[in-house]
Amino acid sequence: MTKANAFSRTADASPDTNPDQTDRQFWMSVLARADLSDLESYWQTLSPAPEYRHLRKPEIGMAMVRGRAGGTGSPFNLGEVTLTRCVVELDAGVQGFGYVTGRSRRHAELSALFDGLMQQHSALHGPALIQPLHQQWLARREQVSRKAAATKVNFMTMVRGS
Amino acid sequence: MYVAVKGGEQAIDQAHSWLDETRRGDTSLPELSVEQIRQQMGMAVDRVMTEGSLYDPELAALALKQASGDVIEAIFLLRAYRTTLPRFLASCPVETDRMAIRRRISAAYKDLPGGQILGPTYDYTHRLLDFTLLANGERATTPPADDTVENCPRVLDFLNSEGLIESPQGQDEHKPSGTMEAPDAPADLTRQPMDYPADRDLRLQALARGDEGFLLALAYSTQRGYGRNHPFAGEIRQGEVAVEIVPEELGFAVIAGDIQVTECDMINQFSGTETEAPRFTRGYGLAFGNAERKALAMALVDRALRARELGEDIVSPAQDEEFVLAHCDNLDSSGFVSHLKLPHYVDFQSELVLLRRLRKEFEQRREANQP
Repeated sequence: MTKANAFSRTADASPDTNPDQTDRQFWMSVLARADLSDLESYWQTLSPAPEYRHLRKPEIGMAMVRGRAGGTGSPFNLGEVTLTRCVVELDAGVQGFGYVTGRSRRHAELSALFDGLMQQHSALHGPALIQPLHQQWLARREQVSRKAAATKVNFMTMVRGS
Repeated sequence: MYVAVKGGEQAIDQAHSWLDETRRGDTSLPELSVEQIRQQMGMAVDRVMTEGSLYDPELAALALKQASGDVIEAIFLLRAYRTTLPRFLASCPVETDRMAIRRRISAAYKDLPGGQILGPTYDYTHRLLDFTLLANGERATTPPADDTVENCPRVLDFLNSEGLIESPQGQDEHKPSGTMEAPDAPADLTRQPMDYPADRDLRLQALARGDEGFLLALAYSTQRGYGRNHPFAGEIRQGEVAVEIVPEELGFAVIAGDIQVTECDMINQFSGTETEAPRFTRGYGLAFGNAERKALAMALVDRALRARELGEDIVSPAQDEEFVLAHCDNLDSSGFVSHLKLPHYVDFQSELVLLRRLRKEFEQRREANQP
């Protein structure tokens, strides 16, 4: 795992965090899970706006989602999910990739742009963009999990008769 | 002689226009937004996604709106849209073990690591109409607990570690799909026609997009004795899983987003054979969104369809894979049943001609036989 970047992931309790994830995998996932409005407002703060060109214009398609028999057995095709992808090239020649579920072209484009920018200046955008987005996502997750925990059954044993 | 008949165009246009008007209902009332349907008719949206075989809550909600709430019509719309999109790739299998749990229960163990988490369920409600909703009553929000859900290990793994249950693989060795471009990929009925006997990967795909009502009825039939396999709901879980993909140009896995799924691990009896000790067997159900009834029914039918693999006698409809798989798709079924509405004028004329001739011949024979 490349640890050269100036931001670090906090040890989070998220159940689906893979410890072997590289920093790039991590930030791409954070970007995919972010709200479009948050990405858009961060983009607006960049001045001057980075120059870029599309290597692949935002494109809507699908990914076939697979499951496994018994949860852990042989794979099978469950059904598809809409997926939007985009590839950009920044002025410096860095390529950024965006893959996001759903049909938001702008979300895929901004994800690709920030993937490129993170490869260039992770020390800047890591703490300013990726970390806050990740924290927001974790907070949303935690809120759901705490609601779920509120519905956990606490069994009591009742003794009847003597 | 073939006579082409035209002239329905205007009638069809007017019918569609009236349909739009009817769908909208009373215009003095505010129009339903797609987002409202998505938020407040979530289970209908989930069913449309599952059987439409496309996870996209916004599109499923739009389909429901366009179909005036007709679920099968909405599924049709979503399936039709699906065919217009390119498929970029297949995801890595979703890791339901790492699900962000909203609900998780086991009917087999009372006390289990992680506990029984009821989640937002209709179970235990009294099924009394709630008239506060009629009066637009607002519900209180759920106060969250102090802590998050504990780690919830898979229930069937407890049994597996003791050897009391078969492996999730079942009896079958993994069988590649056999296609040239992806020999190790699971079978895909959207790309290859259904072939019998069907292997479990193909069956699970067909069941996952199959009609909930049909599968529910078949599942019920197994409980009533038509292919009994004595099930326990080993574990039901519902929540969010990551969609992980490996784009070719990147060569590593990235998470492209999260989807809601419902999973059911069924534990079933198996009495063993001459060479195998008795042990539990499995049935599996997985569906998009919050779709517990569907996941349960799918798991029961999956297990029933494993009769051949487990050497059981195939004596009931739910065990007959051709019967189940050929009839579980509600678009196939509704398409063929509904085509009866289409003009059969010429067919019917020929039937009439034939019937008149047969009756005439019948009368002639009767008169000839009269003394």
